[in-house]
Amino acid sequence: MSNPIFIALIPILPLTCFLLLGLFGRKHFSTTGGIIGTLSLFISTILSFATAYQYFFQTGKINGVYQKIIVFKYTWLEFAPNLSIDMGILLDPITVMMLVVVSFVSLMVHVFSLGYMKGETRFATYYAFLSLFTFSMLGLILSSNIFQIYLFWELVGVSSFLLIGFYFEKPSAVAASKKAFIVTRFADLGFLIGILILAFYAHTLDFGILIERLSVISSPYLTAINAASFLGMSALSWGLILVFIGGAGKSAMFPLHIWLPDAMEGPTPVSALIHAATMVVAGVFLVARLFPIFALSDPGALQVVMYTGAFSAFFAAVIACTQTDIKRVLAYSTMSQIGYMMFALGVSKYSGEEGLGYMGSMFHLFTHAFFKSLLFLGAGSVIHFVHSNEMKDMGGLRKLMPITHISFLIACLAIAGIPPFAGFFSKEEILMAAFESNRLIYVVALITSGLTAFYMFRLYYSIFWSKDASVNNHHGEGTISMKIPLILLAILAIGSGLVPIASFVTADGLPITSHVPISFSVLPVSLALLGILLATRLFKNSNDLPVRISQQMGGLYTAASRKFYIDEVYLFVTKKILFNLIGKPAAWFDKHIVDGLMNLLANSTAKVSELIKGFQSGKVQDYALYFFGGIASLIILFIYLWQ
Amino acid sequence: MNEVPLTHILFLSTALFFIGAYGLFTRRNMITMLMAIELMLNSVNINFVAFNKYLYADKLDGIFFSIFIITIAAAEAAVAIAIIINLYRSHHSIDVEDATELKY
Repeated sequence: MSNPIFIALIPILPLTCFLLLGLFGRKHFSTTGGIIGTLSLFISTILSFATAYQYFFQTGKINGVYQKIIVFKYTWLEFAPNLSIDMGILLDPITVMMLVVVSFVSLMVHVFSLGYMKGETRFATYYAFLSLFTFSMLGLILSSNIFQIYLFWELVGVSSFLLIGFYFEKPSAVAASKKAFIVTRFADLGFLIGILILAFYAHTLDFGILIERLSVISSPYLTAINAASFLGMSALSWGLILVFIGGAGKSAMFPLHIWLPDAMEGPTPVSALIHAATMVVAGVFLVARLFPIFALSDPGALQVVMYTGAFSAFFAAVIACTQTDIKRVLAYSTMSQIGYMMFALGVSKYSGEEGLGYMGSMFHLFTHAFFKSLLFLGAGSVIHFVHSNEMKDMGGLRKLMPITHISFLIACLAIAGIPPFAGFFSKEEILMAAFESNRLIYVVALITSGLTAFYMFRLYYSIFWSKDASVNNHHGEGTISMKIPLILLAILAIGSGLVPIASFVTADGLPITSHVPISFSVLPVSLALLGILLATRLFKNSNDLPVRISQQMGGLYTAASRKFYIDEVYLFVTKKILFNLIGKPAAWFDKHIVDGLMNLLANSTAKVSELIKGFQSGKVQDYALYFFGGIASLIILFIYLWQ
Repeated sequence: MNEVPLTHILFLSTALFFIGAYGLFTRRNMITMLMAIELMLNSVNINFVAFNKYLYADKLDGIFFSIFIITIAAAEAAVAIAIIINLYRSHHSIDVEDATELKY
């Protein structure tokens, strides 16, 4: 297994599958495409697990510290002897952990889709897109070079665009896919500029060298980048914050989150894959990848990460309490949980016990991937059953869909942070890290955690309790291929919290022992229980209390249910300000000045030729006359003016 | 016998040239126009021969030139008549006013 070919195969298999299904899928694999995609990903998953095993237990550790291992590197574009874009594979603890998460969740989604998407006319195309996405995501996490990660970053954006807009007959899906693409692309502009700034000062694009050059105190590169400043901030801060903007775009951090709720227009398994477990954590992954630079050289930029994350977490949780589309509730919940991961990185320091936040963030990423994709797949199962996304069309489904019900409940308990489910463990680490470093963030996190429990159980009760089932179509809960992923993920939502991430994934590679005292856990857990109790009181049986409360809240409730008018603000900024102040004058300039110059040239040429075309009479004698006239005038010229 | 002075011959050739030019511009018949051109060529020939005789009597350059011009005029007449025949075939007329397709 130390053979790099096996590791390279992990992303290459989905790529091959994409090419195969994309080119020949519609003709030859219209029904078997799903099986092919799933099988190839199954092999990738096995290879990922083998790689993880080998890295964590055999090759990764040197003198008790997990190393960054470059498995292989191929110089692709060389600009200067020391500056090249490489294609390579870099293994370190977060890469290997992400490898396992991405391939496993993707496999679950592939299996689930076998049942969910059955009978779609573009079944093979769907699997081709899924494979493309998996390939890009795996490539992203394996990248050894910051430019390589950017390439895959964009590929992820494209494949997410394709998947969100999969039902391209629906105008709302088209709009959503465009919105997701434009917003993330806009953020990626920041990412690109950030890359260029960092690479300009560090004279390299390679992750290992870049991090070393910009995080060692005595490094001349670090001195240079700190000395250069623009608008009062050092070039290093600019570079890191711009890179973070790219990450914030993909990870749906405030204020670049607007695409995520709309992205729910895509098929539900896609939401489980992209908008729960993989693509949206790419931003967290990016910050974690550059974490030594953030933590050691520029704590200011890390503060930005922290406040953005904490605000997004709280903000999204409030909105999630008011939404009625179950997928939108989950989308805001995702945004909130990613906010958690972000501020956990923000409160962390680099080394030793103080790196608890980093570890907690990665731990939460790990557990969240399982329970959130479980929630989405459960929601997919429900939507498949009810044919609606709206809460009011659901209710009382617990008898009709027992497996979905139980697994959904497990996932809700996990995300609410109730012991012994997975979310409890990772959330405790994050809260502990926040408590130790910034009390304000800790308080925000606590409130958010209570809110999370409340809105998740609001969702749970609205789907499965509330009223008697009003759905008549008894076509069953779904095929076996839809149930297996639910069961497997439910097991992981219970069990993944027990994985001792602390001894594997830390900022500096040294295992840390995390000890969260039981007395510390009392407050968050009781807050979560309070949230659940409140939700039980309000939503278990249908009553008019929620409506009355929302009326009492008045403007606040309306504002939250309208997502605090962020979309409207964006529309105002783009339509009213950008279009009117920049777009229209630019269009006027183009129409009148640029086009006008061209038209002037053309028109004057036409005018002149109109004037002189009479000379071309077509009569031979006229021409002869001109000829003689010309000769005569030349002669006169020579005779009288020559002297 | 008194020799004819050079100026007389130049008057003759100038008159011949402008008669030819007038014919070229006023006649509409192509054959007449061809004849007018021949007149102009011949006025040039007279000039050559006259200048040769009066200014450089010991040389023959001018005479050679006029022989050249006569030869070329013959060739040109052949080409012109071929054109006229083709014009007649396509337009059923050798009037230049009838062939005015080559215009804007």
